Amino acid sequence: MTTPDPAYNFAYLDEQTKRMIRRAILKAVAIPGYQVPFASREMPMPYGWGTGGVQVTAALLGPEDVLKVIDQGADDTTNAVSIRAFFKRTAGVATTERTEEATIIQTRHRIPETPLTAKQILVYQVPIPEPLRFLEPRETETRTMHALQDYGLMHVKLYEDIATHGHIATTYAYPVKVAGRYVTDPSPTPKFDNPKMNRNAALQLFGAGREQRIYAIPPHTEVVSLDFEDHPFSVQTWDRPCELCGATDSFLDEVVMDDQGRRMFVCSDSDHCARRRSARPEAAA
Amino acid sequence: MYVSVKGGERAIRNAHRLLDKARRGDPGLPAISAAQIDQQLALAVDRVMTEGSLFDRELAALAIRQARGDLIEAIFLVRAYRTTLPRFGASVPVDTAAMTLRRRISATFKDLPGGQLLGPTFDYTQRLLDLDPEAPTAEGAPQTATAEEAAVPRVTDILGRDGLIEAEDGSEAPVADLTRDPLAFPAGRDLRLQSLARGDEGFLLALGYSTQRGYARTHPFAGEIRIGFVQVELYLEELGFAVVIGEIEVTEVQTVNQFKGSASAPPQFTRGYGLTFGYCERKAMSMALVDRALRWRELGEDDKGAPAQDEEFVLSHADNVQATGFVEHLKLPHYVDFQSELELVRKLRREQEERRASLEAAE
Amino acid sequence: MTGETQVLPLLEASGVTVLYGRQVGCSEVSLDLWPGEVLAVVGESGSGKTTLLRCLAGMLPPAQGRVDYRLRDGGVEEVYAMTEARRRALQRSDWGFVYQTPADGLRMTVSAGANVGERLMALGSRHYGEIRREALAWLERLEIDGARIDERPQAFSGGMRQRLQIARNLVTAPRLVFMDEPTGGLDVSVQARILDTLRGLVRDMGLSVVLVTHDLGVARLLADRMLVMKDGRVVEEGLTDQILEDPQHAYAQLLVSSILQA
Repeated sequence: MTTPDPAYNFAYLDEQTKRMIRRAILKAVAIPGYQVPFASREMPMPYGWGTGGVQVTAALLGPEDVLKVIDQGADDTTNAVSIRAFFKRTAGVATTERTEEATIIQTRHRIPETPLTAKQILVYQVPIPEPLRFLEPRETETRTMHALQDYGLMHVKLYEDIATHGHIATTYAYPVKVAGRYVTDPSPTPKFDNPKMNRNAALQLFGAGREQRIYAIPPHTEVVSLDFEDHPFSVQTWDRPCELCGATDSFLDEVVMDDQGRRMFVCSDSDHCARRRSARPEAAA
Repeated sequence: MYVSVKGGERAIRNAHRLLDKARRGDPGLPAISAAQIDQQLALAVDRVMTEGSLFDRELAALAIRQARGDLIEAIFLVRAYRTTLPRFGASVPVDTAAMTLRRRISATFKDLPGGQLLGPTFDYTQRLLDLDPEAPTAEGAPQTATAEEAAVPRVTDILGRDGLIEAEDGSEAPVADLTRDPLAFPAGRDLRLQSLARGDEGFLLALGYSTQRGYARTHPFAGEIRIGFVQVELYLEELGFAVVIGEIEVTEVQTVNQFKGSASAPPQFTRGYGLTFGYCERKAMSMALVDRALRWRELGEDDKGAPAQDEEFVLSHADNVQATGFVEHLKLPHYVDFQSELELVRKLRREQEERRASLEAAE
Repeated sequence: MTGETQVLPLLEASGVTVLYGRQVGCSEVSLDLWPGEVLAVVGESGSGKTTLLRCLAGMLPPAQGRVDYRLRDGGVEEVYAMTEARRRALQRSDWGFVYQTPADGLRMTVSAGANVGERLMALGSRHYGEIRREALAWLERLEIDGARIDERPQAFSGGMRQRLQIARNLVTAPRLVFMDEPTGGLDVSVQARILDTLRGLVRDMGLSVVLVTHDLGVARLLADRMLVMKDGRVVEEGLTDQILEDPQHAYAQLLVSSILQA
């Protein structure tokens, strides 16, 4: 833990704003999957780069918290580095790369492979919170559709996928239904991570800064990926293990090795991979 | 053996050092001061203040220098700074009729009380690029008319006296503030005007232009463009009256637009409104055109499906800080999503190949 | 009629007035629609018949008057007193609405199969194969080649689009269908075939229909009863044959004579 920069309030946001965001979070937790409008503040980082997640994290952080920030599953991707540095500077909190040590994990595009616990909060950065947005561009209309549970259109999209491709062709931001009520966007995580959202012990919070929305999946809440009985939801699989740690159950990134078509597949969750390797040092040799 | 990429932190640090170096440019040349930017690139400062929603010439000038002249980046810096400032309250509405004028023109009357005042305008300059590498100097003091001491009435007020133009809503109700409350639709005119005032000049220019080309035409006349200084007053509860806390320069544009009457209401002109900090004439004119186009519902006009009439479209896309952030976020890593799509495309290709093979085998 | 099975109206409008600002769309219209009945609303354009139709269909609230609908369980509900959720549910299950222009009632950018299947999915069907089978059956019932199930309506002729729109509405076996000039923009030969199909469907499914048309020929072919509208008001009402053979109101006489001469 370092001393926070005295030029800024703890975790950058003023206390009034944090209270406003906490109220939005509480409302979101009370209505799982519902997008709560909030007066998103202008942050010293660009919209679309995690301003929603950062505001949620700022409203949650206390001096005792241990923060982990990942982007694409990795702690050392540039935007994760930048956000971690932001909170180190403005809140002086301890940071970690180890999933189980963190109390708050801010993420973009992945859910850690290590199962989360009731003591942890997962904060997602969300670009477009509205799962119906690309079917219906108008906010006034999509809000009505949610209010009336008018979700036929969502299945029309899935039907079209099957009619065209033989199966559902949505691979990330795969829509889910939360607690049997709201159709919700899981943020652009790969559908591989959708099952982890279901009945997760951790609180899952979603912040969309530019679009001014916060939503939540409370612990142990049912999250169902939309599908058809005869075309059930399925996740990506790879026909090989991670070439670094040998994991067969993790999401793999493809790394281009040369211009001759050589490829290598490695865990996208860098912490998961590193720990498996240190547990089995012979595998890294 | 592949080792996953590390060292993001160091790479970022080094990139920022490079940025500092690039920003300074050739160290053999003198550094540009904020005062120089304020004085010699004043219109850039005005734009940054307007779209940054903060009237502070020095901060805007510093932001422009830090942004290497990228005005949207400078607006972003000002906005991010502004959001940390405490709020003391809201001023009483500024009285633009009491403006100390620097420029004032009307396209609707040849002459009118107060006269036409050109001010420091680009209009009627021959746009010949001055190739003299030496900085131009002002030659001699310009001859200007003696400044009007008395307040000059606004053209719309002159029309209003005879009821020829719609009356403005004089409501004292508190106005909406999209920096404090989430934007919600349908938006009132107060919220729309705030959004447009902060909106990107280029976006509004294009939309305003589109209304002139027939995408929801509103038959505008430049009723009045006035640029000058107005006093900002704050009502103090303890004193029971408003006190002047400063003076700011603003540009105000009111267009006089097509009229409509009904059985009960006599025909009247309507108006579009634009207001900016500083000298931002193009922006204020564009804003007035878009404001007027957005009022179609209130004025009982047809929805022509034009972009400038579409409140959700205009307000959701006017803010250049939001827009640039989201467009530029495409630079961030998306390997995970791309990997998912890559796997899918491979799978679809494989399936198609299999189908073709089995068809051929059957033949 | 036996005393026990008392037949009650399916839809009842009483004193319905619709205003557009200060302009009157339709004025003080009352009507009953009986189960299995086809009621034609005729009149020239601007007579208020489409306004009335949209009001009856829950799409345009009246300034005065009320519209009541008898649910499957026999209970009666005022259409404009329902919550929007309930009204929408009714509109996409128990009712149908066929627009004159098929593009208004279809999703032009999704396949014919998805167009027909949408209502089923909205009602909770979650079996792709069954939805597709059902869609296929309805396409064929409306004489659309099943091989075209994955094509978008953009590729269809006007008549086919209209058939598709009808299929999309009937897939949930509604009891009540509103039709606004369903054969309006079509060639005469195409019109005749669609009217023939419609007549069969109405009979086989026991549909109740409110049909807006300016074409008395269409009314004669499909309708049991007719309302004649002029200037937003109903000027004459009666059995179709009766009105066509012996119109009472001067305007109805004019209308009938113009068609019979044509």
